[in-house]
Amino acid sequence: MTRPSRSSLLTAPALVWLTALMVVPCVLVLALAFFRRGIYGGIEYTFTLENFGLVFDPLYAGIFLNSARIAGTATLIAVVIGYAAAYAISAAPRRLQPVFLFFAVLPFWSNYLIRTYAWIVLLNREGLITQLLRWFGYTGEPPSMLYTEGAVIAGLVYNYLPFVILACYAPLSRLNPELAEASRDLGASAATTFRRVILPLTVPGIAAGAVFVFVLSIGNFVTPALLGGGRFQMIGNLVYDQFLTANDWPFGAALAMALIAIMLLVLMAQALAANRASGHTAQAGGDTDG
Amino acid sequence: MAERSPATRRTLWLVLSLVFAFLYIPIAVLVALSFNEGGLPTAWSGFSLKWYVSLTSNSAILSAALNTLIVALVSTAIATLLGTLLAIGVEMRRQYGKGLEALIFAPMIIPDIVLAIALLSFFSMLNLTMGLHTIILAHVVFNLAFVCSVVRARLKSFDWSIVEASADLGASAITTFRRVTLPVIAPAVIAGALLAFTLSVDEFIIAFFTAGAGRASTTLPMQIYAMIRFGITPEINALATIVMAVSITALTLSQRLNRGIIGQ
Repeated sequence: MTRPSRSSLLTAPALVWLTALMVVPCVLVLALAFFRRGIYGGIEYTFTLENFGLVFDPLYAGIFLNSARIAGTATLIAVVIGYAAAYAISAAPRRLQPVFLFFAVLPFWSNYLIRTYAWIVLLNREGLITQLLRWFGYTGEPPSMLYTEGAVIAGLVYNYLPFVILACYAPLSRLNPELAEASRDLGASAATTFRRVILPLTVPGIAAGAVFVFVLSIGNFVTPALLGGGRFQMIGNLVYDQFLTANDWPFGAALAMALIAIMLLVLMAQALAANRASGHTAQAGGDTDG
Repeated sequence: MAERSPATRRTLWLVLSLVFAFLYIPIAVLVALSFNEGGLPTAWSGFSLKWYVSLTSNSAILSAALNTLIVALVSTAIATLLGTLLAIGVEMRRQYGKGLEALIFAPMIIPDIVLAIALLSFFSMLNLTMGLHTIILAHVVFNLAFVCSVVRARLKSFDWSIVEASADLGASAITTFRRVTLPVIAPAVIAGALLAFTLSVDEFIIAFFTAGAGRASTTLPMQIYAMIRFGITPEINALATIVMAVSITALTLSQRLNRGIIGQ
């Protein structure tokens, strides 16, 4: 048998599986978004664009903006903390770096629900933080930290931080130390060296980490449901409601498509940022490759 | 990089300590509470295994654990087979279209909620009764993509001429696979399978949407979600500790196997 035909034979089962259980269902959901909701919650097969119109209704557009704001804040915080951590790891002794990196990423592989639940334990009215405050002599009402926007943001940052560390560490560890030295020798301050040399060369890592946090946060429904107590609706919760409680599948499908559209936009922005950064790298490449 | 001022070095170590405290304190508190006699975060009342013992008599949790084990084992087995074959097929051809790459990559980046509602719509349109089997069908989708990417990484440095040499020497395709290809990729296949198993054990959203009505096909994450919504109980702490221990063990094993690959 020739190589291409044997190759097709090997790839066929997986490709059939992916087509039948991913491509077809996703196309189906896209199609669903163009139909009308039936009177009793079913689907009425007449073409309409009103589901997409509804996405831009002030009520729902507000939820989109709210989700974008929460996801954006979480992304910003995660990138700042994650970059600092990645920088500190890349500055640690060489033999310790893989160990630190492994332990930074390890929590990411434990159950998402459990990591979120851990924050309920910390933040609830009788939780550890209240206990600590009491221990320091605080006697007033326990602060209400759970079921706030801050709790949702903390949960998102906590859950996705390991990936930002991983994404930022890659370009930081490849950085040629001579570049920073040259910059210092030429009289640049540490801050200038960081801003003009190190930061531009590590933009691809920051972009990859930021995209990951933003995309996963904006479509999240578990964290807002558990740490926001259902008070902070995000797009994910809205999609969930349309499918499991409100029974308006066509609108839910349109919302999901909007989510995919946002994801693709963000990925395109990342590709652009990476492209610009690779221009920088090419400029610096003359020194690094020698 | 060694010529950093002592002040800078101290700052860097402080950053590391704070980040690791942030990452591990929430988990450590949870684990510690699972061994707390009183079970409440308010006071430490002595070491006890009683919350672990009480798990063993909770039939809802036990049946959910069994369901999770079935889903994870079956979906991992199918995904390991299909994902490995896919990886070999793709790498063997050397040139493949962007469309194929996107198709293999998509399950890893598509938001869970989107795949979840897509599969729910698809299954209900087919009038399929949902249950453990539909969760398995769904889990294989992302699991096979992960297995494939791990095995492909291993095959990047594979010398295909030894496969041709084996064939020239008269070995059948199956013998060649068993004696030549498989021994080379085996660590990656096992690492991929362990990764798939963990992903499946932990997966909540897609299982939640494709499990169908009724409690018969509740998986462990679904059970945990229901318990968390109901409130904090010491049993969740114990259950959470066990689940974390299982996934961390599986992933550490997977990581070790993968490091073996890089080391060779």
